[in-house]
Amino acid sequence: MQVTRFPARAAGLAERMAGFIAHLRMNGLRLGPGETEVALAALSHVTATDTDEARRALKVLLVPDAEVWRKFDELFDAYWFNAGKTRTRDTPAHVRVQSAKPKLWQSHLDEDGAESGEDGGHSVPDGGDGDAEGTDGRLIATRTDQLRKRDLRELMDEESLRAAERVARDLARAIRDRRSRRRKRARKGRELDMRRVLRASLSRGGEPFDLPRRRRPDRPMRIVALCDVSGSMTVVSRVFLSFLKGLSSVDTTADAYLFHTRLMRITEALRDHDTLRAAGRLSLMAEGFGGGTDIGGSVQAFCDGYAARAVNGRTVVIILSDGYCTGSPEVLAQALARLKRRARRVVWLTPLAGWLEHAPVAAAMQAALPHLDAFLPANTLEALAALEPEFEKL
Amino acid sequence: MSQDHLQARLAEAGYIADATLSMALHLALVLGRPLLLEGPAGVGKTEIAKALAEVRATNLIRLQCYEGLDSSHAIYEWNYQRQLLAIRADGADEAALFSEKFLLKRPLLEAISQEVPPVLLIDEIDRADEEFEAYLLEILSDFQITIPELGTIAAKMRPIVILTANGTRDLSDALRRRCLYAYVDYPDRETELAILTKRAPGIEARLARQIVGVVQAMRREDLEKTPGIAEMLDWAAALSGLGVNDLSAAPEQVQGTLVCLLKTAVDRDAIPHEVMARLVGQVA
Repeated sequence: MQVTRFPARAAGLAERMAGFIAHLRMNGLRLGPGETEVALAALSHVTATDTDEARRALKVLLVPDAEVWRKFDELFDAYWFNAGKTRTRDTPAHVRVQSAKPKLWQSHLDEDGAESGEDGGHSVPDGGDGDAEGTDGRLIATRTDQLRKRDLRELMDEESLRAAERVARDLARAIRDRRSRRRKRARKGRELDMRRVLRASLSRGGEPFDLPRRRRPDRPMRIVALCDVSGSMTVVSRVFLSFLKGLSSVDTTADAYLFHTRLMRITEALRDHDTLRAAGRLSLMAEGFGGGTDIGGSVQAFCDGYAARAVNGRTVVIILSDGYCTGSPEVLAQALARLKRRARRVVWLTPLAGWLEHAPVAAAMQAALPHLDAFLPANTLEALAALEPEFEKL
Repeated sequence: MSQDHLQARLAEAGYIADATLSMALHLALVLGRPLLLEGPAGVGKTEIAKALAEVRATNLIRLQCYEGLDSSHAIYEWNYQRQLLAIRADGADEAALFSEKFLLKRPLLEAISQEVPPVLLIDEIDRADEEFEAYLLEILSDFQITIPELGTIAAKMRPIVILTANGTRDLSDALRRRCLYAYVDYPDRETELAILTKRAPGIEARLARQIVGVVQAMRREDLEKTPGIAEMLDWAAALSGLGVNDLSAAPEQVQGTLVCLLKTAVDRDAIPHEVMARLVGQVA
């Protein structure tokens, strides 16, 4: 193997090591300057001139998980032995950031351009009458163009909002986490609060008269909702959006996202107290409404980005989608598996199953099913409300 | 202790570690950092800690994690019954009540209050919930525990910390960053053979080869629960206990002892006589 010829300025081992750490960082490892220091310290404890030994030491030190464990040797060779892989991957960090962004935030100029002709003509909204326009999502997908900004405003009328809030509150309440680690004092607790028993008994000369009890408190679960607003979801996205709006005004910790071919966070917009302005902000975000769907890609983007902060073991992730997807089912399955490991529960609400005895036939849905804790039908607010007992079981 | 020396000592203690794993243990010792071991169930992650404790001639303190593990089980708890008794018997005052005498040390506190640095095994950390993980981070960085009634107890000697996980849940990046990492996979044929002969010295060379061969082949089958090293050792013990010394000569006993390897009904059905005969045939 050819040993890498370093530039003259990268003279010391320290500098080369810093370069190696930077190389790993560009390949997705999260390493700080502290690691360079520790890596050098570690090398002083092993025979650093022995390649394999140095490789093993750095591997143990710098690898964070099983995935990187498998590709570390390759990365090591690429840097220290000029295996030829550095060149292609070695783009400066800021360039990577820029090239990563557009995937998520690319403007949908093409789609908008194509649709703009039809835009003005329709004044009748596509209809909140949730029952079947077609027997599957594809039929509806052809009637997408009307939604856009107008429809989003419509969902913000007072009455439907109040109903949505009520439903959201009930559902949020139904999902409780019953396994808190701490115990709180409670009148009817399962166990004695010995600490307090003792304290109280001190004032009575050691006679344990009062017997305070304690139990595990029920903690509300955090709800994170991902709502599909692609073409095939047109008819029901109104319902789901008002549900999200209700949810975020009831539950301050809830988090809401929209996706079609990309994913965006709408929690802030939903929290806006000025309903009209909120609707306006939402519409802006929903540019590109009614196009295709890439559920897998969106869920993956969610896992890569927001999930680290938004999802923990006390979170229920609700995905509102019909499962008709242009992306590959494998990506979706993989992303859901990742999400499942992070979240307490993953629930999928589909508008289709309510309409007919809908067996999840879409390939994406088939791939997703094994990773879901529940797959439930809902296409109207009433249907959502009826899910309360189901949510209680989660 | 150099790395090779450590590897040899581990082998003496009955643990065959490959080069990467012994490097991980070596660095964990010299750098004083916790070591996170990941890998499928039954590859001997827990055994590593036991062997290491034996090599270092020190205590092994084990904390088994589970959902809802709380501080009174992981860190400390006051012995309330004795406290009550003390109040009644000799009217102990508060200072006497909250003294070390009435403190029940749980594994974490136990580990930092030892004179000789022990091996602290935090088993299946991914089963504990995130709050506990966060708390653990604090202990792993400072090695001190605060008890409101007593004050802060700092570690006399830093314990050697080994954490194991098998992927029930993603661990936080913060925890991963603080730890050295090693992925322990199923051993290759040679290593597994070495493990078997180490653990069951009486076993015949041919039978040992057959057993390892069959188990290795079985791991490639599509099973719900892949047999680990512990299962392999159980099976070997069962076979030699029955006096079997050639797998192909005793198909009935082989099939009967499969209970040691296959732990679910589906797996049991997946390896009927014919499949077993094929597997044995390959290694005979």
